[in-house]
Amino acid sequence: MSESNRFMDAYRQEAEELLSEIEQAILDIEDDPEDREAVNRLFRCMHTIKGSGSMFGFDAIAEFTHHVETVLDKVRAGLVPVSKRLIDLVLASRDQIMMMLNETEGHQKPDTGTRQKIIESLNAMLFESENDKTLSAEKDIGRPPSFDTTQGKDMTYRIRFRPNREIFSRGMDPALLLDELREMGDCSIMAHTDGIPSIEKLDPESCYLYWDIILVTAKGINAVRDIFIFVEDDCDIRIDIVEAAEQNVEEPVPRLGEILVERGDVIPETVTKALSEQKKIGELLVDSGSVSRGKVESALIEQQRLEKQRLSARVGTVRVPSDRLDKLVNLVGELVITQARLSQVSADMNHAELVNPVEEIERLTTELRDSVLNIRMMPIGTTFSKFRRLVRDLSAELGKDIALITEGAETELDKTVIERLDDPLVHMIRNCIDHGIEPPAERKKKNKPETGTIRLAAAHKGANVVITIEDDGIGLDPDAIRLKAIEKGLIPKEAELTEKEILSRIFAPGFSTSEKITNLSGRGVGMDVVKKTIESLRGTVDVSSVKGKGTCITLKLPLTLAIINGLLVTIGDSYYVLPLATVEECTELTKEDVEKAHGANIMNVRGEIVPYVRLRDHFEMKENKPDLEHIVIADVYDKRIGFVVDHVVGGHQTVIKSLGPAFKGVKDVSGATILGDGTVALILDVNALV
Amino acid sequence: MSKLIMTADDSASIRQMVNFTLKQAGYEVIEAVDGQDAIEKLDSHLVSMLITDLNMPRMDGTELIRQVRAKPRYRFIPIIMLTTESQDRKKQEGKAAGATGWIVKPFKPDQLLGVIKKVLK
Repeated sequence: MSESNRFMDAYRQEAEELLSEIEQAILDIEDDPEDREAVNRLFRCMHTIKGSGSMFGFDAIAEFTHHVETVLDKVRAGLVPVSKRLIDLVLASRDQIMMMLNETEGHQKPDTGTRQKIIESLNAMLFESENDKTLSAEKDIGRPPSFDTTQGKDMTYRIRFRPNREIFSRGMDPALLLDELREMGDCSIMAHTDGIPSIEKLDPESCYLYWDIILVTAKGINAVRDIFIFVEDDCDIRIDIVEAAEQNVEEPVPRLGEILVERGDVIPETVTKALSEQKKIGELLVDSGSVSRGKVESALIEQQRLEKQRLSARVGTVRVPSDRLDKLVNLVGELVITQARLSQVSADMNHAELVNPVEEIERLTTELRDSVLNIRMMPIGTTFSKFRRLVRDLSAELGKDIALITEGAETELDKTVIERLDDPLVHMIRNCIDHGIEPPAERKKKNKPETGTIRLAAAHKGANVVITIEDDGIGLDPDAIRLKAIEKGLIPKEAELTEKEILSRIFAPGFSTSEKITNLSGRGVGMDVVKKTIESLRGTVDVSSVKGKGTCITLKLPLTLAIINGLLVTIGDSYYVLPLATVEECTELTKEDVEKAHGANIMNVRGEIVPYVRLRDHFEMKENKPDLEHIVIADVYDKRIGFVVDHVVGGHQTVIKSLGPAFKGVKDVSGATILGDGTVALILDVNALV
Repeated sequence: MSKLIMTADDSASIRQMVNFTLKQAGYEVIEAVDGQDAIEKLDSHLVSMLITDLNMPRMDGTELIRQVRAKPRYRFIPIIMLTTESQDRKKQEGKAAGATGWIVKPFKPDQLLGVIKKVLK
């Protein structure tokens, strides 16, 4: 039995009991028309039938009983006399209600004729009672549902809420009302404490505080008023509309004095006088004692609010074709290079008058670079929202119940990166839905919640953005993947691989074939394409999985593709750049250090053993080896790895230039950059070097 | 521990509906069939909130509110009264007796929960 049916049955039972009580009461009244208690009982019963009736869907009964109740209310008040006619009518009504109760069970056809007649007689009885002038003037407690023009668009409300001192003893906590306001929109609340008396006069059970609230909401003024519905009668509440969000952007934001006057906290003359003294208006008003510091501060908050809103309204947006943006970024790139050259020339000349403007240019260029790169930043949420639909449609199609949780939608990434991320993300989410999450029945069997969850999260981590796609599905089966990989010739049969290594095979090209979807745990469909795309964005892909519990794929992407902060180093005569974001520290590698390690490429850094890569050996450069080498310690896959170079030159604004298709196969280098003097430096891909 | 809310109403179906709605929302519920019953039960239980009808036999809602407010442990609890549209006068009496707010019958479960959220921490 459904809940509503249960309630209906309960009501029916109760109504029948009440009806027999009504019968008793009316007969008692017939015996003794002065029996007030019986009249009250009668009224209460009718009242309950009416009240509960409308709650449980017996609207006809409620409507009908309402007429009886109205008459009985008058009887109770002594306005309608107890008469034989009244008693007959009430009895007839009782029978009518009984019939209506049964009607809903389908026993009888509605008999609207009799019902109408009873209602007419009841009304006639009311008309006869001359005293009754207020019959139809039944007060509507709710507000008239007039059209609310303030709804639907952002409006700024100024609310002064001065609760009755006794508010606590009514069981009302003003803090809850403030919380409710906070939930409605952008809200600043300022408490005024000037009403609090000294401690010996303070009654701990009284409320001395009052509040000024500035609220920006689109819910409409009636919704704002409704919050105070229980307290509006005995508390002092003023709600003013300060400004509609889009209204006259051109007009200046009202001044502090104007706001205070409008609130009625000061009179205009005080403000004018204060202004003529040419001091800070707020200070002045407080000093002169015309208004408390709290009131001024609260008015200031309002002003700031409005300014902020104006600002956001004024800013607006301009649509620009992205190729223009790309051109701008390129130009800034060139500018950064030229500026580096200028700085170098200036340093060589050591000209006193040149130093200042060159430094200025350096500062401006950096600022310009940051602003331009910022233009290209977009919140990743725009893509996230697409996936909600994807998950919904696809899971419905497959008969699965899947919820998508997104986190960090506001994380900003370069527009190009976001665009290119689209396909890989769709692919991976499809995989989750298709192969990862089990059908509801199977999940139930495994004691998992029937609704599967896919979590899509983005977050900043240093100079990278980390995107994780996680599901609570069946997870990957390392054994099955291993077999498949051996079969495909991707790993030698006897290879001893860690679980992580095995899992990473799903990214190998050629691993996936469409037929394997059905007979394997089914991830890895075109995962090599995903990996390729992510790597072309200079990012990395990582997978972890617990069989039966779920799979988590982590993408690590650089914030931007155009310009990075780099650390310039030299090996022999060549320059190289390491991405500064990964660099943790630089230190020296002395001959003694090398000797102590007995040929192993490890070094003791303050008691910690750090493995290193000797780039000189790696790039097979033999000549001009310096006695003292330097080691740059970087964070690679969450481990500290050293890279041995000849010299560390210093930080460098690195404008990334791609190497072009001819060097596509080069593994350790992710790009190149042009230095101030025109030399080309290669940008090292530290992840690939390890 | 979840909060205990008392529903005082002579209508079993209203009590049942209130009870069901509140339990769904994670509250504990204690029922009282009229004002007198409510007063007795309030002494043996620590109730965080009272939802009461106004028209009840033995002791009506207004008197109940008055007596509850007179008890030191219940001076500050939220009290919500159930009224019908035609009972504006009753509502004023209830407020004067110390009611926190009201719900107009008929009401939906959501409205009930909305009001509770407004008054109960």
